[in-house]
Amino acid sequence: MFKNRGIAFKLILLVSTSSALIFLLILAYNYQSSKKMIEENAGQNARNLSRATVNRIEAALRSVQKVPENLACYLENASYNKDELVRVLRAVVETNPELYGAAIAFEPHAFDRTALYFAPYFYKKNGKTEFMSLGSEAYNYFDLDWYQIPKELRQPQWSEPYFDEGAGNILMATYSVPFYRTINGRRRLMGIVTSDISLEWLRDIVSSIKILDTGYGALLSKNGTFITHPSKDLIMNDTVFDIAEARGDKGLREAGKRMARGETGSIPYKNIRGKQCWMYYAPIPSSGWSLTLLFPVDEMLADLVKLNRTMLLGGAAGIVLLSLAVVFIANSITRPLTEITNAATEMGSGNLDIELPLVRSRDEVGRLSDAFHAMRDSLRDYIRQLTETTAAKEKIESELKIASDIQMSILPRIFPAFPDRKEFDIFALIEPAKEVGGDFYDFFQIDDTHLCFIIADVSGKGVPAALYMAVTKTLIMSIAKEGITADRILMKVNDELSRDNDVNMFVTIFCGILDTSTGEVCYANGGHNPPLAIRKDGDISFFGETGGLVIGAFEGMPYTLEKLVLGPGDTLFLYTDGVTEAMNEKEEQFSDERLERELASLNVVDIQELIGGIMKRIVFFTGGASQSDDITMLAVRFFGEKTFV
Amino acid sequence: MRIVLVLFLLIFSSVAAAGVPLKKASFMPLWSTQAQFAGYYVALDKGIYKKYGLDLSIISGGPGRQAADSLVNKKVDFTVLWLSTAIQRRAQGLKLVNIGQIVQKSAIMLVAKKSSGIKTSADMNNKKVSLWGGDLAIQPRMFFRKHNLKVKIIPQSSSINLFLRGGTDVASAMWYNEYHTMLNSGLDPDELTTFFFQEQGLNFPEDGIYTLEETFMKDPGLSCAFVKASIEGWVYAFAHPEEAVDIVLKYMVRGNIPANRMHQKWMLARMKDLITQQGATDKIGILKQQDYELVASELRKEGMIKSIPGFPSFYRQCAGYVQK
Repeated sequence: MFKNRGIAFKLILLVSTSSALIFLLILAYNYQSSKKMIEENAGQNARNLSRATVNRIEAALRSVQKVPENLACYLENASYNKDELVRVLRAVVETNPELYGAAIAFEPHAFDRTALYFAPYFYKKNGKTEFMSLGSEAYNYFDLDWYQIPKELRQPQWSEPYFDEGAGNILMATYSVPFYRTINGRRRLMGIVTSDISLEWLRDIVSSIKILDTGYGALLSKNGTFITHPSKDLIMNDTVFDIAEARGDKGLREAGKRMARGETGSIPYKNIRGKQCWMYYAPIPSSGWSLTLLFPVDEMLADLVKLNRTMLLGGAAGIVLLSLAVVFIANSITRPLTEITNAATEMGSGNLDIELPLVRSRDEVGRLSDAFHAMRDSLRDYIRQLTETTAAKEKIESELKIASDIQMSILPRIFPAFPDRKEFDIFALIEPAKEVGGDFYDFFQIDDTHLCFIIADVSGKGVPAALYMAVTKTLIMSIAKEGITADRILMKVNDELSRDNDVNMFVTIFCGILDTSTGEVCYANGGHNPPLAIRKDGDISFFGETGGLVIGAFEGMPYTLEKLVLGPGDTLFLYTDGVTEAMNEKEEQFSDERLERELASLNVVDIQELIGGIMKRIVFFTGGASQSDDITMLAVRFFGEKTFV
Repeated sequence: MRIVLVLFLLIFSSVAAAGVPLKKASFMPLWSTQAQFAGYYVALDKGIYKKYGLDLSIISGGPGRQAADSLVNKKVDFTVLWLSTAIQRRAQGLKLVNIGQIVQKSAIMLVAKKSSGIKTSADMNNKKVSLWGGDLAIQPRMFFRKHNLKVKIIPQSSSINLFLRGGTDVASAMWYNEYHTMLNSGLDPDELTTFFFQEQGLNFPEDGIYTLEETFMKDPGLSCAFVKASIEGWVYAFAHPEEAVDIVLKYMVRGNIPANRMHQKWMLARMKDLITQQGATDKIGILKQQDYELVASELRKEGMIKSIPGFPSFYRQCAGYVQK
């Protein structure tokens, strides 16, 4: 997918995605752990806040509880009459500013056998203490909660809070304490002492709780009814269970039950505005109420969210910057690379004069560019030198070709060479190697009955060998024309060539003179490969192995003259080492034995075919391996004077 | 002539709204505004009474306002009474008539906390039971006698706090009211043992519509228009419970009564159970003679009435009158 994309793209993709990933991971971890810490702190705060608030409420409630408790103690232990009772009650209400009212309600006929109800009640109205005698058919206090519940439970009780319509619709609660008398050994309930308090102060305490921006506290009664709440509609109207039912929230209902049992805890809760909150609750032990505190989660985490947002923005900006830096770096690498690539392509097509991009940096790219510059320059020099060398070489080669042509042209190459002579035939072939070589052959008539034939191989190759060969050839011919024997020819040639031979070149020569009338061959061998005599009957043999040294090495060397008589139909086969030393790809030489064998196997009519046949075998043997030396062959066949016409 | 007019009004009620003057009538439910009377408030609010040619005013019941007394004193034309109350009044000579029995089943019940060890009626022996006074105590007392239970009866106030705090082992409750208050004070249904009198052979149909016989005879069309409109109000309320609860809450707020939506919702749903036959609304308002006979004979057995008033004189089925 990205294979064809540039380095810049890959770098940006890799660097920015991996750094974004690392950044996000760190951010997420940071968020989670910070959140946990904040929530733990919030829990601690909630506990502290609720403890403080609960303690305040608890202290106030307990101080109110003392009043009816003391009064009940008085009623149980002292003797009193109606006036005293009323006086004490009035004093209690007047001296306790936190009391809204207080009553001593007796059991039926318990105070006065003739009266069903006896319940003096003092309460405050418009700053004055008023008196009321409770109990009537319409107000049968025996069945009312404030009387009945402590009576049946036989213990002091806080009532459920209620609105007292008579007192200007203020929220009230009553603390009721039963009091007893032991009559005839039985502890009998005499009545209930009550004190009413306004819960307005309670609302002030709870509503003064400010948690973050919109968090608040609320107070629930023992039944789960809202006593205080920012939303007035809920107060004394809904219970936490109503809300749980409306929301189908089983967890909230369970929390409500835990509150009723006086437990402490916390649950997730949506406040009246639908905001997700943590709700902490703690009991107010004396009254069995519960204080709940709502911590809006988003506000709890507001700083964290803000911090995270800043970090996120910073991180994003950082990644953008990083990407830009990557783009810059990548460009500083890829732009010269692209230019160098283009230049290299251009150079590849042969243009070495192209202007290479200039890279000033001393980094890898700079060094690459320098290397390219150096390469371009040296290539240019090299090509120039090469061009010059090639031109020179071409010139030399063309000259050598001319030399070679000249060399070949001095060899007799027209066959049949002596069309008017029927008593013998001569044929020669030279297959020069690539370079100008030193092989040559020659034949000429010394007189009417003597044919001189020569095959020679100059040491070395090239122009010196060619020149040496030309000199040798000319020398042999001029000496042979004198009519001397072959050994004498070689001696003379040797002396001539050895004298002032500064270049230490030499030549092997086989020189033979055929008497065309008799078939007698007088020959001398100057270090050359022994030729073969092919008799008419098929007998083949090397001859002339014993001869003198190579020509041109040492002056005054003797050469032996030997004789061989050819019968009609006999042939002499002369060759240079290019034949026997021709190599195939396995580096095997054609060899003397193979030459002898091949000559024997060839069944041909004339010598031209013979030489052609051997040439073919050599080509076949070498199998296309390049020819390293000149291949030269010469054949002389004697027919006899009158045998063939 | 008047019957014809009523028929006419029933058929061309829109015409009535347009021109014919509405008849004034007043109605007092048994208690202060709550979903127990949703049908009447919905009929009022949705203009169903007007549709039936009535200019109805609802005078809220509640503490200090006895519905039966208001009827006797002719302060209102129509009222809601329990069947047991009405039979006793009739037997005492008060000429009131039932013109529509709305609630078919008894909603009164006894509730105990399982934690107090009460799982069957026999467990109630020697336990404290709080009872409401008056006719609300009739069925519980019959129940104790039937099961031969000795219980310690204590009076029950209008709150259930005594029960919630453990001051009594068994409390009286209305299924549609106090029972839900118990649930929404944190008691789960499976923590409670319930005794429904409707399942104890003591199914006393409760809320019925009553008027004085003379009021009925003077203008049966008026009475029947009120009953039919009220039934239509109930049918509408059952079909649109949310709207009905909204209407009830509106009248509660207007009457300065603490209004708790979930409570009113529960109450309306239970009223549907008590009024309809498994939700079927086509037979609302009929007083079955066998129900009447059961209540009357139980009352006589208890000595609360001496003789059973005649059914036809007690119950006036409007459908019959209108079709005459």
